[in-house]
Amino acid sequence: MTAPIVIVGAGQAAASFISRHVALGSEQPLLLVGEESHPPYQRPPLSKKYLLGELERERLFIRPLQWYADQAVELRLDTRIDTIDRERRQVISSNGESIDYDKLLLCTGSRARTLPAEIGGSLDGVFTLRSIDDIDRMSPEFQAGRKLLIVGGGYIGLEAAAVGRKLGLEVTVLEMADRILQRVAAAATSDYFRDLHCAHGVSLHESTRLARLLSDGGKVCGAELESGDIIDADLVLVGIGSIPNNEIAQAAGLDCANGISVSETCQTSDAHIYAAGDCCNFVRNEQHIRLESVQNAADQGDLIARVLAGEKVTYTALPWFWSDQYDCKLQIVGLNHGYSQTVLRPGVNPGSQSIWYYRDQQLLAIDAMNEPKSYAFGRKIIEAGKHPTAEEVADPSTDLKALAMG
Amino acid sequence: MANITWKMEDGSEISADVKDGLNLMEAATANNVPHIEGECGGCLSCATCHVFVAPEWLAKTGEIDDIEDTMLEMTDVEREDNSRLSCQIIASAELDGLVLHVPEPE
Repeated sequence: MTAPIVIVGAGQAAASFISRHVALGSEQPLLLVGEESHPPYQRPPLSKKYLLGELERERLFIRPLQWYADQAVELRLDTRIDTIDRERRQVISSNGESIDYDKLLLCTGSRARTLPAEIGGSLDGVFTLRSIDDIDRMSPEFQAGRKLLIVGGGYIGLEAAAVGRKLGLEVTVLEMADRILQRVAAAATSDYFRDLHCAHGVSLHESTRLARLLSDGGKVCGAELESGDIIDADLVLVGIGSIPNNEIAQAAGLDCANGISVSETCQTSDAHIYAAGDCCNFVRNEQHIRLESVQNAADQGDLIARVLAGEKVTYTALPWFWSDQYDCKLQIVGLNHGYSQTVLRPGVNPGSQSIWYYRDQQLLAIDAMNEPKSYAFGRKIIEAGKHPTAEEVADPSTDLKALAMG
Repeated sequence: MANITWKMEDGSEISADVKDGLNLMEAATANNVPHIEGECGGCLSCATCHVFVAPEWLAKTGEIDDIEDTMLEMTDVEREDNSRLSCQIIASAELDGLVLHVPEPE
């Protein structure tokens, strides 16, 4: 009997791989191993509607549990894989069970970076945000009037800040860089979201370094800044980035560098092993990148199913992202790495605008705030390899649809 | 509750009873309807849940708002007058018997 394709990590990439594998009518059996007790679910709503209490847990699941059984996919949840034995083509779980694989798919994702215990990172009331269980632990603490301190002004922190304000908490955000979203967006986008959060009553501190979290009998009660200032807090959310889960790959001798290195077909340095999603690092436009997004996880999972079915395909998908904060829908297309200038395109409605990123004359990416036309037509423009001038883009009377189709 | 039917280009059909309040992208993925992906989870960012609504049902499925109207420009199979993103159609008793045609990308 042929060994199954074993998928380690039950997230969006795994679900997408399985869906495509099934849709292609591939016969080879699948076995999905997940460390959490849940089948694959959507993570983006966790820091948005799920934390807000507006989405039932059942609706997070990408497919109902029964679906996997119907497709003859074997599920091993609550199971952690500790070792890959490449010689024997087996993975070994933390309880010592060996599972044979014909092909192995690593969809191990990433984990939230935490604050060191020496500065209070493991006190009660300090949370990170990555899983259903994380939200289920923290959401009872999200009560009106409480003081929420968020360490890190990235998307996770800002989305949680918006939820906190909607639920009536007092919210403070600390960002050590000189502006929020510095790692991922241009100053104009940071300015937009700073104004948005300040208008909603968030106390936002940039260029501000945390010295340590303060403890009251083991429970967090505030933070001391490097300046010596003290901020009171009832709960703390740490949103300071994520770390790829590539340890088992590294221990097995697979090439890794900020994630598991993969080829344009998502193959690792072992021809029997593939990797997809947050855990892997790939080359795009001659740059080594690692993306944390649904689009990337889903498209890479899909691609591997096609590759294993014998299709001659390579990974060229255009990245896209989104974020919801208050009434603002941010939609992003492309990657802005290496941009040299940005162009602001005013929107039609108040609070709507888009930021277009250029490297010289080349259009790289767009951040669209309540501006779906810039996102949708901008995506078509980038896909078509067109590069409208800064003047065209900045002029609100320019018809983007015509630019995209023309 | 509404009984929804998805018709594929090859003539096959899938029917399912869908609970009130669920959107029809969720209902499609739960029932293994091919070509409906719903990558963005229904937040109008991916246009991968495109369907054609049987014309006699179009009025009952509700209005298309500006964002959906824009995102319909991005579908793999070109939009037509009866195109909708199925994540924006919410199941209710009103839609009992609804028929959706599922476009198949090249």
